[in-house]
Amino acid sequence: MSELAIKARGLSKDFGDLRAVSSLDLDVPRGQIYGFLGPNGSGKSTTIRMLCGLLKPTEGSADVLGVHVPGSTHDLKPRIGYMTQKFSLFGDMTVHENLQFIAEIYSLPVRDRAARIAELLDKYDLVPQAKQLAGTMSGGQKQRLALACAVLHHPELLLLDEPTSAVDPQSRRDFWSNLFRLAEGGTTIMVSTHYMDEAERCHRLAILDEGVKVADGTPQALQADTGMHIVEVTAEDPYAAQAVIDELAEVVSVTQLGVRLRVLIPERIGEPVRLVESALAARQLSADVRKTPASLEDVFVAATMDRPDNAT
Amino acid sequence: MKFFGRMLAIIKKEVRQLSRDRLTFGMIVGIPILQILLFGYAINTDVRNLKTAIANESNSDLSRQFIAELGQTQVVDIVGYVATPAELEEQLRRGAISIGVSIPPDFDRRTTDRDRAAINLLVDGSDPTIVGIASQLKAMPVRFDAGAAIESPPPNIEVRAYYNPERRTPVNIIPGLMGIILTLTMTMFTAVAIVRERERGNLELLINTPVTSAELMVGKVVPYIVIGMIQLALILVVGDLLFQVPMRGSIVDLYLAAGAFIAANLSLGLFISTAAKTQFQAMQVTIFFLLPSILLSGFVFPFDGMPRFAQFLGEILPTTHFIRLTRGIMLRDAALLELYPELIALAVFATVMMTAAALRFTKRLD
Repeated sequence: MSELAIKARGLSKDFGDLRAVSSLDLDVPRGQIYGFLGPNGSGKSTTIRMLCGLLKPTEGSADVLGVHVPGSTHDLKPRIGYMTQKFSLFGDMTVHENLQFIAEIYSLPVRDRAARIAELLDKYDLVPQAKQLAGTMSGGQKQRLALACAVLHHPELLLLDEPTSAVDPQSRRDFWSNLFRLAEGGTTIMVSTHYMDEAERCHRLAILDEGVKVADGTPQALQADTGMHIVEVTAEDPYAAQAVIDELAEVVSVTQLGVRLRVLIPERIGEPVRLVESALAARQLSADVRKTPASLEDVFVAATMDRPDNAT
Repeated sequence: MKFFGRMLAIIKKEVRQLSRDRLTFGMIVGIPILQILLFGYAINTDVRNLKTAIANESNSDLSRQFIAELGQTQVVDIVGYVATPAELEEQLRRGAISIGVSIPPDFDRRTTDRDRAAINLLVDGSDPTIVGIASQLKAMPVRFDAGAAIESPPPNIEVRAYYNPERRTPVNIIPGLMGIILTLTMTMFTAVAIVRERERGNLELLINTPVTSAELMVGKVVPYIVIGMIQLALILVVGDLLFQVPMRGSIVDLYLAAGAFIAANLSLGLFISTAAKTQFQAMQVTIFFLLPSILLSGFVFPFDGMPRFAQFLGEILPTTHFIRLTRGIMLRDAALLELYPELIALAVFATVMMTAAALRFTKRLD
């Protein structure tokens, strides 16, 4: 059996004139949490839908758990769990009825059903809601139910499409600890997100921008290899400082975080701190300027900024 | 075994959701009963009591005797007397009356004159039905106290009304109404049931499970077949209790015919669901099929009276064939096999629509 749960080559999808996903190569190792980071409309959902056979790729193909996609994915369905971006369970059925339905649809042996449902209700903290209509629950509860339904049949691969976009921070933290438990149990998890802190928790991650993969690797490797100096500027007048730094031709991006500015300058430029300091001094702006390690946000900005440069 | 298990899961889910949807559940029972009451009591082609005014310029004994007899026919309801025919025309125009009876000053003399009409009927001809009813009055003999009576010639043709000798409209309407109600509910419920699933995102979840298209479709349709059969029973019972609609043929034949008809409508509903993106669109398309089903199926207007092109369209619609089946079985005691062309038409329609729906429905989103 292959070491890779997913191996995609040249995966592309057009919607009319729009190229939603462009020549995507992906290698997702088994038993890992693989993150898919990108803004809305970057092609994350489209990619996940292609991988589970919901959409037919315009070009390219993938090998998902040894099954060729596009192709007959009927044998693949029982082996994957899929959680849609929008809550897609039945709002007019209770939590227990939803789980019961999913158990029946996946042909779980009748004698195992009750035990499995009880186990999931307990594990995902849904016991008090068992008899509640799913549509009346909070965002976090709905999300736990969706995850419980997605894993009920013990899938080898979980595809989660922005599972945390509609829940509060506490629910997000709990959700991620559930994902780690699943990964420890051997489940491969592919999860799309636009939260940096979530991306940081993944074993590996790919950054997607306008349908193109712009970076791929472990979070640590990506942070170590942005190709950028990260210069942090703490200024009394951050607004004025930003205007000055923005004018520098060498600067790729300036982002304001409270009183601090994060400035991205390509690595080929020597002495980036001096560059910024002198520019500010020339305008009589006092500021503390120092180099810092890259955050995942910097990686994201650098990766998506890079593209127009590469294109020209 | 897995096939039945998954199908059963879909059926159970559908019934469960249906039982929680009070409005839809109410419609299942409400639509047939309301429609049968409305149509049964409201539609009446045997028109009586047309509003009538009289301008009696003769004012003779003979004319007053005629007016009294006219009132007894029950065809007219005399609502007023005016002085001149011009006033009758004015009342007609205002819509106050449907018929104006103008009795000329020389009425008595005219009754003996073979060449001139004794009475003028002014009829609101904008509704052809009223003209038809008013024409019945032509057969009324104008009697005389004195002078030689003109004997009306003995009739050459005698009409014997089979199957509905009392000419009660509900007897004809209610078997047809079965077709209309089943078209409305069966087509709309199935179309909406699947489109709703797509709108709510449930379909994206379902097609990612091992459930196959066939299991999904059959599972969604089976509960509605049962509902259709319940509706049919409701119409039969209400039709019998309130309108004494006869059931002369075999009830088994009727249910077999209904089975074929429901299959045709459900496959139409499934087909609509593969084309419609929203529940609203699904409703619109259903109405698009419903209107011709009411107007071109022979439900209201006799099929033979329609132009060739309209008949052709009517032949395509399942309702046309089902109405022929119900009227045949219920009123004329026809056996199902005698009516086999209608059955074949329903089977062909169902097969074509089901195939089209299955071809269009893929377990994909694009």
